[in-house]
Amino acid sequence: MKAAIPTLRLLRTTPFRLALLYLGLFIISVGVILAVVYRSTAGFLEEEIGATIALEVAGLQDQYRSAGLRGLVDSVRERSGYSHTNSIYLLTTPGGVILAGNLSGWPDATAGPGGWTHFKISDYGGVNNRPSTAMAVSFVLPGQFRLLVGRDMSELDQLRGRMVVSLRWVFLVTVVLGLGGGLLLARGAMHRIEAINRTTHRIMAGDLSGRVPRGGGGDEIDRLAGNLNAMLDQIERLMTGMRQVTESVAHDLRTPLSRLRARVELALIRETDDPEVYRGVLQDTILEADRLLATFTALLSIAEAESGANRKGLEPVRLADVVRLAADLYEPVAEEKGLTLVTDIRAEPTVRGNEQLLAQAVSNLLDNAIKYTPEGGRITLLLEGAGPGQVARVTVADNGPGIPADMREKVLERFVRLDTARASPGNGLGLSLVEAVARLHDASLRLEDNEPGLKVGIVFPPDAG
Amino acid sequence: MKVLVIEDDQQAASYLAKGLKEAGHVVDAANDGKEGLFLAGSEHYDVMIVDRMLPGRDGLSLVEILRATGNDTPVLFLSALGSVDDRVKGLKAGGDDYLTKPFAFSELLARIEVLVRRRSAAQPQTRLAVADLELDLLSRTVRRAGKSIDLLPREFALLEYLMRNAGSVVTRTMMLENVWDYHFDPQTNVIDVHIARLRQKIDKDFPTPLIHTVRGAGYSLRAPQ
Repeated sequence: MKAAIPTLRLLRTTPFRLALLYLGLFIISVGVILAVVYRSTAGFLEEEIGATIALEVAGLQDQYRSAGLRGLVDSVRERSGYSHTNSIYLLTTPGGVILAGNLSGWPDATAGPGGWTHFKISDYGGVNNRPSTAMAVSFVLPGQFRLLVGRDMSELDQLRGRMVVSLRWVFLVTVVLGLGGGLLLARGAMHRIEAINRTTHRIMAGDLSGRVPRGGGGDEIDRLAGNLNAMLDQIERLMTGMRQVTESVAHDLRTPLSRLRARVELALIRETDDPEVYRGVLQDTILEADRLLATFTALLSIAEAESGANRKGLEPVRLADVVRLAADLYEPVAEEKGLTLVTDIRAEPTVRGNEQLLAQAVSNLLDNAIKYTPEGGRITLLLEGAGPGQVARVTVADNGPGIPADMREKVLERFVRLDTARASPGNGLGLSLVEAVARLHDASLRLEDNEPGLKVGIVFPPDAG
Repeated sequence: MKVLVIEDDQQAASYLAKGLKEAGHVVDAANDGKEGLFLAGSEHYDVMIVDRMLPGRDGLSLVEILRATGNDTPVLFLSALGSVDDRVKGLKAGGDDYLTKPFAFSELLARIEVLVRRRSAAQPQTRLAVADLELDLLSRTVRRAGKSIDLLPREFALLEYLMRNAGSVVTRTMMLENVWDYHFDPQTNVIDVHIARLRQKIDKDFPTPLIHTVRGAGYSLRAPQ
C-alpha cells in the first residue's frame, strides 16, 4: 500500500503526463506504420496470385481456341488432378453439369468487380478439404460453357494471421516499453523535483540551512536549484540579520530604557520641594529619550535602505555635490577637534541613487573618522571617477587606530562597536547604514588598512552610472 | 496666533492644544478630515497643523483641496510617515513644512513660528538687517556696525537663514534642512560647531551678542531689547 501511493502520485505529475502524451503520439505513429506494412505485404501477395490466375486463364482460353472443348476439359482435368495443388478449377456445361475440375459445385458467391469471387472451399468439397477461402475468377466460354479458375488462399490467410499476431505483439511491446520508459523518465525528473520539494518543506519547517542538491548537468532544473539556493542564501542572510537586530535592539535599548525608568522612579521616591531637582531629571530624561529616538531613526533609515523600496525612486546623483556638501558640513567639526579634513575631488561622476541616503552614508563615514581619529590626525575625503570595475569611488581615510583585519566584517553588523566599554558616543549603527546604502546602490563597501588608520571605500559598479 | 490642529488621535490633539495654548496661541481642533476642511474653510487661521492619516479624508487631499480653493494658510504636516518620499509627497500636496512623529514640542513651535513669519514677509528682499547687522544679498556682503565681515559661502547662507527668521527660534534640524538640504540628523551635532564659528565672526568683537542659544531647542538671532 505504501508503495502504491508514490506511484499514484507519479501518475499525476507533469513529467509523467508529458511522457504519456508523447507515448500516445508514438503509439499512433507505430500503428500507422504497422498498418502500412500489413497492407503492402498482404496486398502485394494477393496481387501476385491474381496475376498468376490471369495468366492461367489466358493459357486455358488459348487451349479452348486451339483444341476445342475436348482439349480444355483434358487440360483442366490434368491440372486439377495433382494432389496438394493450390489451384482450383471448375468447368461446367450451360446446364450446370460438371465437366472437369476439383470443386463439387459452382460457388454461390456473387462476383465482385472484374469477375473475382471469394468463397469457402470446404463448402464445395474443394482441394484437400481445407477450411480455407479461395479467390477465383469465372467467365463464360463461347457455347455458354462456364469456367472458374482460382487459388486456395489458405497460405496467404495463414500469413495474414501470423502477421496480425506479430504486429499485435510489436504494438504491445511498443506500448509496454513506452509506458515503462515514460515512467522511468518521469521518475528521474520527479526525483530531482521531489528533492527540491523536500528541501523547501524542511526550510518551511524552520531549518534555513537546507539547500537544494544540484545535478551538475547545468540543465534548467539545475538552474532552478541554483536560483533557489541563491534566494535561500539571501533569505538566510536577512533572517540572521533580523534575528541579530532583534536581539541587539532588545539588549541595547533595554539598558537606556531601564536607566530612564530608574531615574524617573528615584526622583519620585526622593520627595523634595526643590523644583530644580525635578527639572534636572526631566531634562536628563529628554536627552535619554532623544538618544533612543536617534537609535530608532537610524534603524529605520537602515530598514528603508535595505527594503529596496527606494530602488524605484533612484535618480541621477552628482556625487561631487554630495561629497562637497558633506565636507562643508564636517570641515569645521574636524578642525574643532584639531584634525585636518582634506577633500580631494578628482572627477565629477554621476550615479543612479538616492541623494539623501548617499549624503547620510558619507556623513556617517566622516562622523566615524572624526570620532576615532586622535588630535592632530588627518582625514581624507576622496572622490574618484571611473576605474577598473567601477564608475566612481568615494573613500574616507583616516590615520587613527584603524580596525583589525579580523574585525572588519564584524563592525558592519548592527550595534557592534569595537569600543566594548561604550565610552564613546554612538549607537553602533553608522557603518551598518553605510553598508545598507551601498547595497541599495549595488555598490560594495571596502574596509582597508590605511597604514595606519582605516580606509573605507564605497565603490560603485560601472552599471550604476 | 490662531492655530488649527487637525489630528484624530485625541491624546495627541489635546497635548498639542495644551502646548500651543501655553505658548500663547489660540487653538481650534478638528478630529477628522471633514471637520478640519469645514473649519479651515469657514474661519481664518494663521497656521494649520495637519496629521497625514485622518479618518474621513486624509491630510494630503485635504491640503490639496484647500490649495485648489485658493486658501494659502501655511500648513505643517505632522506625520508618523517620515521617509524622504513621504516628505516630498507632503510638500508637493501643498504643505509648507513637514515634521515627523515623535517630535519635540520646541521643534514644532519653532517651525510654525517661522512658517507664519515667512508668509507675512513674502516680498523678495535684497537686504536683511537686524540691529546693526546688515546682509546684502546682491553683493553678498555682511557688515556689522559699518565693519565688513568676511564669511565663507556656507556661513553666509546660515546667517541669511537666521536673519530671515530673526526673532524666531531656529532648530538644528531646520538649519540642516534649509541650509544644507539634509533631511536626516547627522550623528554629531555639527550645527553647533557652525554656529560657534559664525558667532566668532558676528558677535565676538561686538558688545551685544545677536545669536542666542535657546536651551533645548536651538538658536535665535535677535536684536537686543
